[in-house]
Amino acid sequence: MRFTTSTMDLMPLQASQPFDPSKYRYTGPNVQPRQLPNTRSQAPITTGTSVIGLQFDGGVMIAADKLGSYGSLARYQNIGRLMRVNDHVILGCTGDYADFQFLRDIIDQKMIDEECLDDGIVTRAPALHCWLTRVLYNRRSRFDPLWTTFVVGGLDDDGKPFLGFVDKLGTAYTAPQIVSGMGGHLATPLLREKMDGQPPLSEAAARELLIRCMTVCYYRDCRAFSKFQIATLKAGSIKIEDDLEVKGDWEVAHFSKEHA
Amino acid sequence: MSSIGTGYDLSASQFSPDGRVFQVEYAQKAVENSGTVIGLRGKDGVVFAVEKIITSKLFEQSTNKRIFTVDRHVGLAVAGLIADARALAETARTEASNYRADYSAPIPVRHLADRLGMYLHAYTLYSFVRPFGCSVMMAAYGEDGPELFMADPSGVHFGYYGCSIGKARQSAKTEIEKLKTSELTCAELIKEAAKIIYVIHDEVKDKEFELELSWVGEHTGGRHQLVPKDVHEAAERYAKAALEEDSDSDEAM
Repeated sequence: MRFTTSTMDLMPLQASQPFDPSKYRYTGPNVQPRQLPNTRSQAPITTGTSVIGLQFDGGVMIAADKLGSYGSLARYQNIGRLMRVNDHVILGCTGDYADFQFLRDIIDQKMIDEECLDDGIVTRAPALHCWLTRVLYNRRSRFDPLWTTFVVGGLDDDGKPFLGFVDKLGTAYTAPQIVSGMGGHLATPLLREKMDGQPPLSEAAARELLIRCMTVCYYRDCRAFSKFQIATLKAGSIKIEDDLEVKGDWEVAHFSKEHA
Repeated sequence: MSSIGTGYDLSASQFSPDGRVFQVEYAQKAVENSGTVIGLRGKDGVVFAVEKIITSKLFEQSTNKRIFTVDRHVGLAVAGLIADARALAETARTEASNYRADYSAPIPVRHLADRLGMYLHAYTLYSFVRPFGCSVMMAAYGEDGPELFMADPSGVHFGYYGCSIGKARQSAKTEIEKLKTSELTCAELIKEAAKIIYVIHDEVKDKEFELELSWVGEHTGGRHQLVPKDVHEAAERYAKAALEEDSDSDEAM
């Protein structure tokens, strides 16, 4: 329709047609003013729920379940939301899975570029966390946010555990325990109970606490899932356990025939 | 070159009457004056060795590297003008990155060789650019096993079992042909590569040189990397020992 206008057709294709003066009436400029801003990316589609991260003595641990929800539909049941960035950084993502994949590819290429330089300088968790705050804040300022919340874990330049949070608005903080998504309401109290004012957890205790939190989240969060991953980062090692599953205690499920 | 001064060598966009493009040949000359580079394709990976000639004692060690990493799995070794080589390495990185963005898979090195070959070739077609004064070797280890390619300033590229370029490419080639490269492992090849560089180095013409070694193979998890310090030192010791043995037997005769 690019070549016809609602206002004027100065060269009728068939001159034999009878002359219609209404066609030649000028009805004003044909340009419609843009009325509303674009509303792309204003709602997530395939989403992941909580990511739980905590610091322990000498490292950090991040857990996330393997579900990609499509609204309330448990659409993808075996997708990972944790990422090993390089030998020093891990991260987990809550929110829109496509946005996570988008950023994951960018981060991966960043790491490749860095490795190619081979100058011994590597991105550490505080740097990546800072970079993510800039990217996400920039996108929210363009009214086109990446609908994600990231939990970034690693060691800082002094070798101390680092755990950072960034959300889709660019809001960011660091803390010894971070939970994104629904789990923020469910797991944070459990983590604080065991961690606030206490000496750093051992790795085993941290893992146990994390599994406890994942279990509670599975009980209470309708978008949570039984299958989950845990990424553990210590100086010089990253381990991602891929095939964990919430056991759960269903003793209380009296009313269900299945469990009676 | 007999046709110097005939006017057909001023532009890469013009043939000489006997069907040659002199600018491209001059670019190849620039490569032939460079320190020697060899690439050996073994059964479990590929190794690169570079004779980097040190033109001044005031240079810091390991500056002006001639081996680049293009993507995690691809190594690139160059002979010729170092500044041109760096530009080319950057192009190769961009190509690898684009491929990754398009296919979310690492670029097969034959495709990289192809794209880089096209790029080199484009600089042999116009009067307002000059061809690249360097040849590049590309290596990777992936699903298709070890692969090694070499492209020259004209843009032609081939896959190789072993190849050499630079000043002493002829003698290096002879040395490589003595090896059964496709039966050797990277651990063995890296020593042989170091030895070849030491053997073909011309002490009379170029006093100082630095040996650069890199590899990509099964043992590196398919990643291209400069060889670790201990391996580098061991290979250098092996090369020097072999060289001394050689000169001893010469004296005995």
